[in-house]
Amino acid sequence: MFELAGVVHRYGQVTAVAVAAWHAGAGEAWLLEGPSGCGKSTVLHILAGLVRPSVGSVVVAGADLRAMGESTRDRWRGRTVGLVPQRLHLVQALSVRDNLALAQTLAGNPPDAARIDALLQAVGVAELGPRYPRELSQGQAQRVAIARAVINRPALLLADEPTSSLDDMHAAQALELLRAQAVEAGATLVVASHDRRVQSLLPHRYTLLPTARAAA
Amino acid sequence: MNMPRLALAYVQRRPLSTTLVILLLALGVAVVTLTLLLAHELETRLQRDAAGIDLVVGAKGSPLQLVLAGVYHVDVPPGNIPLAAVAELRANPLVANVVPLALGDNFNGFRIVGTEPSLLALYGGNLAHGAMWAQPLDAVLGSDVARATGLAVGATFAGAHGLSTGGGEHGDAHYRVTGILAPGGTVLDRLVLTSLESVWDVHEHHQDDDREITLALLQYRSPLAAASLARSINKDTALVAASPALETARLLTVFGEGVDLIRAFALVLMGASALMLFVALAQALEDRRYDLAIIRTLGATRWQLAGVLLVESLLLASVAATLGIVVAHGAAWTIGHWLPDAAPLAAAAWRWLPAEWGVLAMALGAGILSALWPAWRAYRLDVAVALADG
Repeated sequence: MFELAGVVHRYGQVTAVAVAAWHAGAGEAWLLEGPSGCGKSTVLHILAGLVRPSVGSVVVAGADLRAMGESTRDRWRGRTVGLVPQRLHLVQALSVRDNLALAQTLAGNPPDAARIDALLQAVGVAELGPRYPRELSQGQAQRVAIARAVINRPALLLADEPTSSLDDMHAAQALELLRAQAVEAGATLVVASHDRRVQSLLPHRYTLLPTARAAA
Repeated sequence: MNMPRLALAYVQRRPLSTTLVILLLALGVAVVTLTLLLAHELETRLQRDAAGIDLVVGAKGSPLQLVLAGVYHVDVPPGNIPLAAVAELRANPLVANVVPLALGDNFNGFRIVGTEPSLLALYGGNLAHGAMWAQPLDAVLGSDVARATGLAVGATFAGAHGLSTGGGEHGDAHYRVTGILAPGGTVLDRLVLTSLESVWDVHEHHQDDDREITLALLQYRSPLAAASLARSINKDTALVAASPALETARLLTVFGEGVDLIRAFALVLMGASALMLFVALAQALEDRRYDLAIIRTLGATRWQLAGVLLVESLLLASVAATLGIVVAHGAAWTIGHWLPDAAPLAAAAWRWLPAEWGVLAMALGAGILSALWPAWRAYRLDVAVALADG
């Protein structure tokens, strides 16, 4: 489903991340692990086409991201990638329903109220459609963020430290929800986390080394 | 959920700054628009009243005063001239038409003008009711006079000394209303017209050689007269000839400077509101960096992010411009209804001046200018850094 080969990303002279080779198949669920600061978020951003690596090949769902122009990559991302950000952030000015509708619009899909209703139902927040993000608990916001990430049935679902601020029960629920939605959407799931509680829950694992060791 | 709706949602999220920006910009637009309406109405009115009159001839004094007294009926005339001057002017081959006016009295503040029926033709006036004067002390009322005083054909009234209220009444001489003019939007609407003889009778000037008029309105026989007639009257006689077109232009220049000053103040208001809009957008951008980064992750391009800021600003500017223009027209309508002297403004309030497109463009331009830098910052947003910063 995606393949990273010889990927290195530098900020000036500093190497921020290095991935020698990583191949993931369609529908697989991966844990991207590594200590804090080793570049897990940067790898997710590279997979999402938000960051263009300094060198290396990035092919996601058959698309060579390094060869794409920025605007093309933006539109491709809307259609192909779902991202659950670390802070579970929702657009504050929009209601829950409109957050999901915005994701549909930006992916170039027509508004699909039935899909939104079904998804909110599936993640257990059916009654929260008209509410605004400030009116949600953290657990509710997390469910809505996951729903927004899968609203367009992405081929690749990325989650950045989704359990870092959650207790054990909510962490397990969040992981289960992500996996279930990835399966429902037929997406490859990559969860970046250094949370030990996550490690046993995902079958595939890619360990990102600090760049000094990676370079060696 | 498209990008304009997203921009609208952002606008609704900060009601206080949105309201302040809109009110300030609307105030600037309203003042500029109102000065445009007032200046246009004044200019139109001055030109309409002077349209058929080429020259005003009267006693020695200020030419502007002569025009104001004789054409617009808003000033005191410099003095009287002998009736014989009318015959001399009529004998001049360069003159096509002479209409004498005798001023001096008023009725409830409306000037009583002794003249000849040909005055109506100069202003394009028509009778709505009754007939023109036939006997001494017959009077024809302008439409505003009839409405304000409630007098109808057949009614009688006494004039008073002076050109405005406060003078003693001519209690022994009563005018009789024989006709009422149709509204024409000219100074005739606010005059009481009668024959020259009526004015002389009221002032007990019975000897022909004593008779005087206040001034005479002239029409040229040919354009050639414009070059020489006024000069020859001013040089060769004891009279003063003044061109309404020339004096009106001078008056508008003086008036225009005042209008320009007010307009400059309004433009400063608009500039201040544009600055406030800029500050509000710049602050909103800082507050929304993470929001915008998330929207990029959902597939928005850099241009779409910049577009949200631009649309937001244009939305505010459009609402403010619309509000300002509506307020200006509403104010013109209200002034026109409250002040009898400004009555034509009420009708002008329903008119759209071409210059108002310029005001609209200025307001929208201020909106675009205010949004340029914040939109550029949104365009340049580094998503990875914004997401990492949180």
